[in-house]
Parts: sequence; structure tokens; C-alpha cells
Amino acid sequence: MLAYAARRLAAVLPTLLVIVTLAFVVVRLAPGGPFDAEQSLPPPVKANLERVYGLDQPLGRQYLHYLAGVARGDFGPSMKYRDLSVQALITQGLPVSLILGLAALAVALAVGVSLGTWAALKRGTAVDHGIMSVAVLGVALPGFVTGPLLVLTFGLGLHWLPVAGWQPGEPRYLILPVVTLALPLIAYIVRLVRSSLLDVLQSDYIRAARARGLGNRRIIWRHALPPAMLPVVSYLGPATAFVVTGSLVVETVFGLPGSGRYLVEGAINRDYTLVMGMVIVYGVITLLCNLAADLIYGWLDPRISHA
Amino acid sequence: MLEEHGRAAGGFWRQAWQRLRRNRLALFAGGLIVVVILAALMGPHLSAVRYDSLDWEAIAAPPKLGGAHWLGTDRLGRDLFVRTLYGLRISLVIGLLASAVSLIIGVLWGTIAGYSGGRTDELMMRAVDVLYSLPYLFIVIILMTLFARGSLIVLFVAIGAVGWLTIARIVRGQTLALKRTEFVDAARAIGVGPGAMLWRHIVPNLAGTIIAYATLAIPQMILFESFLSFLGLGVQEPLPSLGNLINDGAREMQSAAWMLLVPAGSLVLLLVCFSIVGDALRDALDPRERPS
Repeated sequence: MLAYAARRLAAVLPTLLVIVTLAFVVVRLAPGGPFDAEQSLPPPVKANLERVYGLDQPLGRQYLHYLAGVARGDFGPSMKYRDLSVQALITQGLPVSLILGLAALAVALAVGVSLGTWAALKRGTAVDHGIMSVAVLGVALPGFVTGPLLVLTFGLGLHWLPVAGWQPGEPRYLILPVVTLALPLIAYIVRLVRSSLLDVLQSDYIRAARARGLGNRRIIWRHALPPAMLPVVSYLGPATAFVVTGSLVVETVFGLPGSGRYLVEGAINRDYTLVMGMVIVYGVITLLCNLAADLIYGWLDPRISHA
Repeated sequence: MLEEHGRAAGGFWRQAWQRLRRNRLALFAGGLIVVVILAALMGPHLSAVRYDSLDWEAIAAPPKLGGAHWLGTDRLGRDLFVRTLYGLRISLVIGLLASAVSLIIGVLWGTIAGYSGGRTDELMMRAVDVLYSLPYLFIVIILMTLFARGSLIVLFVAIGAVGWLTIARIVRGQTLALKRTEFVDAARAIGVGPGAMLWRHIVPNLAGTIIAYATLAIPQMILFESFLSFLGLGVQEPLPSLGNLINDGAREMQSAAWMLLVPAGSLVLLLVCFSIVGDALRDALDPRERPS
């Protein structure tokens, strides 16, 4: 198992290096240096600044310097918010984004797995058809449509929930963003669980379990559900990528002070260092979640060799 | 079963059409797409009102049947029907062009990798794997940060440039299978070169798969464009796109819900229609992939 984990980790490293290298190249190629303000600096001052930030060094050394910085979590100063480092901006926003993302993933897993199981067990009935048609819609509707529609209904129309904003320790502000982010995931997980559970229920060993006279409840909980969860586990990687992407929209729609908004604002302001820092952070999160999903999968499925 | 294997080339398309025709929902959705495309292409020319002309008499006017602006106007008094049609046109054009870009790259990449095999194949597919594990949105955001925003060309090239990975994988898999068939051996034996082989023998046999995935790619690309425009990274004002219309509408929804509902409804309708048609086409053209 340890060797397997190490091998998977080794496969992640090249991708990580590609992201960081790409980030470096983009920041360096970007038109306009970081000190090209409206009024041009006197050349000696500029030279001094460039020396401080290491911009007078050969490119190879700058690259190594950047790598070392990234390894320490230092992505350089933000080009737009002059007084703040990219690291400060990210650590400011990341907790909100993490809470939002994790809550959405948890809700999606809980609701998706239960509804999918229910649909599979009630196959062909009105319950099944109802759940599945909602699932089709859920996959088709993007977050920037469902988000405003939910606000319109539950915030502006019924006044049940706050329209936007964020108060630490007030879960009411989280409900609509989490639902918006989780809906497409729920729809996808429902379909995964339903089809894989139906597959499992038709397999020989379930028939054998029935022949042994085991109760229905025990068969489903002990024998059918665990293997039926495998596709869900392998979907966790793509799901994280989806949550990361979706959180950009959700944070914009609901005005949440998360790091996704910095990424969007950074891209609009052409704040290269901020964008690349965010891309690296989000890239690492996505890769690690993919890795975790792989490891859980390998741990659950005895057919995967860990040798 | 025997006829199934011994069918002629024309027979494949006829069979596919027959399978497709049985799917009423897909035909209806397809018809709706054609209507929307025609309306989006012709509408802005037929109307005297331009997408950016202001009507000071009707600022944020609600929808009124029989009125001058039957779907209402936005906060600058611009006709929402005309803007939505124009936005549909921009979204459709970007969706189609981006799909074309990703299809060309994907098919070339996949056939070359699959047909070459060996180290070339391994290298090319390894690159696809690495790109696959990056959230593709970031690549587009990086490209949109680097190049001037508002340029439609940059937008569809950027979207298309990241959308080719799936099609490359599918095409490579099918090319590997085709490579082992007898007619390819025969063609090689009479001295057909690799370029002609790909173009004359491999790609035509992939046509069904390519068409099916193209139909599924278009709504993805439209969604992607709307997503970027919604965030303010795509199509820029005063040009409308479904994404920035939805963003505008979301800002005004407290007092003027129609500004959100009109473009959002159009986008959802278009996406649902495309995915129904795409699924039906995949079932019709690629029977192996059909869920049993």
C-alpha cells in the first residue's frame, strides 16, 4: 500500500512541475513589468527594486528562486494590491472557500448516495422516474443559473434565507451557496450510484446471498452498497475539480469573501502573480484530492494490486 | 446479427437515421435548435432595433405582449429580446468555432498517436494525461489573463484549445482498433502512405463518433463561454452574450426578474436541447456505446 501511494505521488509530481513552470513562464512573459507604474521610476531606483526582487538575475536562477518560493508558499507580491503579498490574499480567502467546498462535497455525497440508492431500490416506479428526471435537469443547469434563481426564490421571494454575504459562525449564509454548488454534483452522483447499484444487485454473489436466506436489509447494507460505491470514489477527483471551478461562480453570485473571487478579480485586473499563485494553490488542491481518491479506491478495491 | 456485420457503408447511415427517427424527443429538440439558430442568425438583421440602441422612453420596462419591447428592456433601455437573440448568436458562434478547433486538434492528435503507436503514442497520450489533471478552466483563465479580453478570437481559441482532450482519447482508442483491421493492412500493402491512410481510411471510419461527440461538445463550449462571460472574463459589454446577460440580470433581479429569466431560460433551453440531441446521436451513430 505504501509503495502504491508513493508511486501515485510520483505520478502527480510532473503535473505539479508543469503547473509551476507554466506559472513562471506566464508571469515572466506577461507584457509589462511589475514596476511599470504610471510615472516611470528613475533608472537607478528601478535597478535597485529589480535587484531586491531578483529580477536582474539570469532566468535560470530566477526560475529556481521562484520554485523555492513556491515550495515555501511564497508567490511574490500582488501586482494590484501593492501592499499585500499573494500569500496573504490567499490565506485570507482560502478558509471560506474550503468551508464552502467541503460542505458542498459532503452534502452532495450524502444526498446523492441516498437518492441514488433509493432510486435503484425503487427501480421503474414513480420515485425512480421523479429522482432521475430531476437529476437530468440538475446536470444541465449551470451554477450561474441556479444560484440567482435560488436567491430569487428563497431570498427575495420567500425571505427565508439571506440573499448574499457572509457572517462567520452563521450557517444560514452558507445554505444557498452550498446548495448551488452541490446540485450538479448530486445529480451526477445519483446517476452513478443508481446504475452501479443496479449492476451489483444483478451479480451472482448477491443471488448467492439471497439463496443463503440473508435479509434484504443486510444484503443491501453489507454486500451490495460497498462495492457500488467504487464509481463514486473514483468520481471524487473530478468532483473536486468541479467544486473548485464552481466555487468561482458561487463566490461571485453570493458575494462570499473566498479566494475564488481573488482569482476572478486577478484575471480581470491582469494581476499575474495573484492569478498564478491561485492557479498553483487550486492545482495542488485538485491534484491532492485526485491522489486521495485514487488511494481510497485502491484501498477499497482488492483487485488493484499494490505491489 | 450477420447483416449487422456485413452492412454496406450507406447502410450504416441509413440505420443510424432510422434509430434516430424513433427518438421523438430528440427530433423535437433538434427542430428547436434549428429554429433557435435561424432566429439567432436572421433575427438581428430583421429587427430595426440594434443590440446596443437605447430607448430612453422605456428604461427597465417589464415584458409586455404587443408592446414595443415584448420581452422588456434592461436598465439602459436596450431591448432584451434583440439582445438575447444577439447573445445567442455570439454564444452559438463561439460554441461552434470552439468545438471545431477542439475537434481538429483532438482528431489530429488522437489519430496520429493511435496510428504511430510506440513511443510517439506514449508521449502524446502522456501529455494529454498531464493536461487532463489540470482543471481546464485555469488554462483558459491564464490565457484570458495574458491576452486582451474582449477579443472573440482569443476566446474561442482559448476554449477550443482546452476542449480537445476527451475527443483525442476517444479517437486514439478507435484508431488503435481500426489499425488492426484487414482493410488497413490491405491499404498498407498496396503502398498507401501514413498521411493518405489517416485521411482516406481512418478518419472517415471515425465520422460517426466524431459527429456524436461534436454535438455533445457544442453545449459544453457554450456553457464554458457563458461561464467566462458571467465572470466578466469572456464577451465584454456592450456586446451581449448569454453569460453576461445573465450576470446583468442577476444584478437587477430584485426589481426586474425578467432580466435574469429571459437569458437564463434561453441558455437552459439551448443546453437541454443540445444534450438530448447529442445523446440520441451517440446512441444512433455509435451503437456500441449504447447503454443496454
